[in-house]
Amino acid sequence: MSATSDGAEAATTSPPAPAPTMRKERTTLGILMRSPAFLIGAAIVLFWAFCAAFAPYFVPYDPLADDLLNTLAPPSAAHWFGTDQIGRDVFSRVLVGARDILTIAPLATLLGTVLGTIVGLVMGYFGGWVDAIVGRLIEVMLSLPLIIVALMVLVALGPSTPTVAVVVGLVFTPLVARTVRAAVLSERHLDYVPAAAVRGEGALHVMFVEILPNIWPPIIVETTVRLGYAIFTIASLSFLGFGVQPPSPDWGLAIAENYGVLVGGFWWTVVPATVATASLVVGVNLVAEGLQRAVAE
Amino acid sequence: MTDRARDASAPALHLDDLSVAYTVRGRDLPVLSNVGLTIERGEAYGLVGESGSGKSTVALALQRVLPPNGRISGGHARVAGKDVMELGTAALRKMRANDVAMVFQDPGKALNPSLTVGRQMAEVYEILGASSAEARKRGEAILGRVRISDPGRVMASFPHQLSGGMQQRVVIAMALAKDPALLILDEPTTGLDATIEAEVLDLVDTLRQEFGAAVLFISHNLAAVASLCNRVGVLYAGKLVEEGPARALFADPRHPYTAGLLRCLPRAGFKGGPALDNIPGFPPVPGSITKGCVFAPRCGLAEDRCRSEEPPLYDVGEGRGSRCHFHDRIDDLPRMSEPPPVNTPERGPDVQPVLMLERLSKTYELPGNRQVQALRDVSLTLNPGETLGLVGESGSGKSTLANLILGLAEHDEGGAISLDGTPVAASVHARPREAIQAIQIIFQNPDSALNRAHTVKHLIGRAVERLAGITGAKRNTRVTQLLEAVRLTPRQLPAKPRQLSGGMKQRVAVARAFAADPRVIVCDEPTSALDVSVQSAILNLLSELQAERQVSYILISHDLGVVRHLSDRIAVMYLGRLMEIGPAKSVLTGPHHPYTEALLSAAPTVTGERGTRIRLEGQIPSPVNPPSGCVFHTRCPRKFGPICETEEPGFSADTEGHAIRCHLDRSEMGRGREMKGVEIVEANG
Repeated sequence: MSATSDGAEAATTSPPAPAPTMRKERTTLGILMRSPAFLIGAAIVLFWAFCAAFAPYFVPYDPLADDLLNTLAPPSAAHWFGTDQIGRDVFSRVLVGARDILTIAPLATLLGTVLGTIVGLVMGYFGGWVDAIVGRLIEVMLSLPLIIVALMVLVALGPSTPTVAVVVGLVFTPLVARTVRAAVLSERHLDYVPAAAVRGEGALHVMFVEILPNIWPPIIVETTVRLGYAIFTIASLSFLGFGVQPPSPDWGLAIAENYGVLVGGFWWTVVPATVATASLVVGVNLVAEGLQRAVAE
Repeated sequence: MTDRARDASAPALHLDDLSVAYTVRGRDLPVLSNVGLTIERGEAYGLVGESGSGKSTVALALQRVLPPNGRISGGHARVAGKDVMELGTAALRKMRANDVAMVFQDPGKALNPSLTVGRQMAEVYEILGASSAEARKRGEAILGRVRISDPGRVMASFPHQLSGGMQQRVVIAMALAKDPALLILDEPTTGLDATIEAEVLDLVDTLRQEFGAAVLFISHNLAAVASLCNRVGVLYAGKLVEEGPARALFADPRHPYTAGLLRCLPRAGFKGGPALDNIPGFPPVPGSITKGCVFAPRCGLAEDRCRSEEPPLYDVGEGRGSRCHFHDRIDDLPRMSEPPPVNTPERGPDVQPVLMLERLSKTYELPGNRQVQALRDVSLTLNPGETLGLVGESGSGKSTLANLILGLAEHDEGGAISLDGTPVAASVHARPREAIQAIQIIFQNPDSALNRAHTVKHLIGRAVERLAGITGAKRNTRVTQLLEAVRLTPRQLPAKPRQLSGGMKQRVAVARAFAADPRVIVCDEPTSALDVSVQSAILNLLSELQAERQVSYILISHDLGVVRHLSDRIAVMYLGRLMEIGPAKSVLTGPHHPYTEALLSAAPTVTGERGTRIRLEGQIPSPVNPPSGCVFHTRCPRKFGPICETEEPGFSADTEGHAIRCHLDRSEMGRGREMKGVEIVEANG
């Protein structure tokens, strides 16, 4: 593979490009930087990513340290978001709680994207009975609610962080595969595919070197959309007790641990984690939307 | 016809110094500057120019349907006397509904795929205020007027059930339904077969006389324009550089750009005849030339004056105008390119053919245990350094034959392909590297054939690696040599296809095909996606490479001019069968197979001469259920007896190897049509 040079650089090395310069490409990045949705989403996601990476070093309290003399304290100057049932600082726990979800969700998404891309490429490229059989299997999987499938597997295997990542990744594979397959089908009829065949290229080369570089845009969009769903799914699993295990300050877990006292008026134990989860999902979805538009242009 | 009270004396279209600008990143780019033209009632006006010259912008501007960043920056456009700039929203809608109709390039896209033709036809009349029953009746009537023989059936069909030619007729019928003052046709025949193109052109010509509508015909196909239009305007870089009556303009151009375009056209001569010229350089970016003549940088006649003083539209007589200071010196325009060497292949019984096809057939299985024979018993040979032109309508099996030769599809049992006397496997995957590198292809559309994710270096380098087995530093040397052979420079190595012009892209595709000394190259419509001036450069390049490397071409094209210009021999196919094959001159001058005769009669020429058009009745029969006897008998104008329906004719060959598959005696077959002003140049050798 030769190095891929970016548009601007190559334009200076190629001769004065003629008519085509009329519709000089606006770079995808340029479009993104002018999209408010994308910028807001990116800011939210970056904020939580920063918290996931560095919050333990600057939060006021140890998120795991209990303080049994000061349980369920309402928000105050000392504890901005109050304390929970065993006196842990909710503010510190929310910031540090980004860590688990922002590790597992991207890993699960990555796994789902890689597997889904491979399956989708194979389906789209070979077509015929391969496509038909895998296609039916995917339909069967998609007809079951994702969270139920994930739950059943987790019950069978027992909950642990790597298992959650793998299970969610596998559950997402058919969804990604479907998108990739559609993208491959629209590339497959282009003449560069037979052009590769007449120089004797094999299926692997055609799929991964010829077709794959041309279907990045939908894959990237699909990945971001999946990331949003992964966050949501993993938070749900933690809430149900099959995801991240105590004493982690994980958001889903925090909601599960404290929603019992919600009726007592101790809203600060649950609301921060809920808002955090929601803001991250919204942030990721805004990024996805921005990407989608940029790609479509 | 109350609202039809137009000012009947006003011309159908009058453009007065019309300028259009597109705003791109805050800057105004002039796309059209000071275009002035008039189309009288009932006149057909052809607007020609290469891509990017602003042809389509004219059509959009005069209906005020420019894209959001485009605007009319000066001048006036008057349709049937009304200035479109001054019309309010309601009046503008009324003008679009009543006065102008437009037919786009792709009829398949202009029709709604989920509504029947009848529904869509009726809609046109309903907008004009007819009741739905009346609208249907009038829809059927107008389909009859565009020579659709069974309007009832067509009304009940969905667009995809109709052929391309039929779809285009329906679109034209819709356009004519409102009896417009001006009918705009934007590349209406691009992408259609030659026979269908001829039908559509004939139809437009007849209807223009019947309806009295003015026609604005936008095309890059000079021959189509010449055969249809009274007047022609030549657009270059947004300026009308020459204008005048069609015949006179094409016979005696008075602007170097027009003259250059005409020299790019493969017009008459056979292989070895007059060489094509080309126009060096590229059209300017809009707004980049502010001083002098826009064509000066590419002009062979340009002098200092051309670069400083913009030429006005000189009146050069007979209603003609030219924006050239030296409009009286066009005959002095020098050749702008070297004529390429032309290869004369050896002939004779002792020449070993490079490629031999024996009884190739291809049968596809259809659902329901049906079969379709896309190709049947095709046998032919190809000598080293020879070009075989392959012609026929869509569906005739040309592409299937190409795919079998390349091994992209496997031929049926019983056929054989041999290369230099050695049999090769049916599938490319079963062929040794030597056989793969020997047979290559140049596709029609480089945008599709070049992977847009890869750089030029990778595109050619990969082919060198796979086909020639050369790697490392030697590979790069080879890539550079190939680039130079196709007149590109190493500066293009890091570029991706989208950064190159259409011609440059096709050169990359040519370089790739030549990566490892091929013996046979299938050229599948190699120039039909390109502009005229680029086309001639690619054709010259192909000639040159052939003379240099003794490669053989199989040239698939529906442009008979291109086939004639490059081919030593021509094969004519119909419904998967070879109908006629022989030396180019014999096939084109006759005696012809009746099908060849019809194909030849369909081709428009730039001189505007048209012989008697031989109209083929009916559609191409379905290959699933081919006609008995001679497969052409259902449409043959020279069918003479029951033998045509019962017995499949064999080939009868003359001494020169000109073989025709027809029951007719050669003396009864058609001969080449007379072409005035076109000298048939003998192939040398």
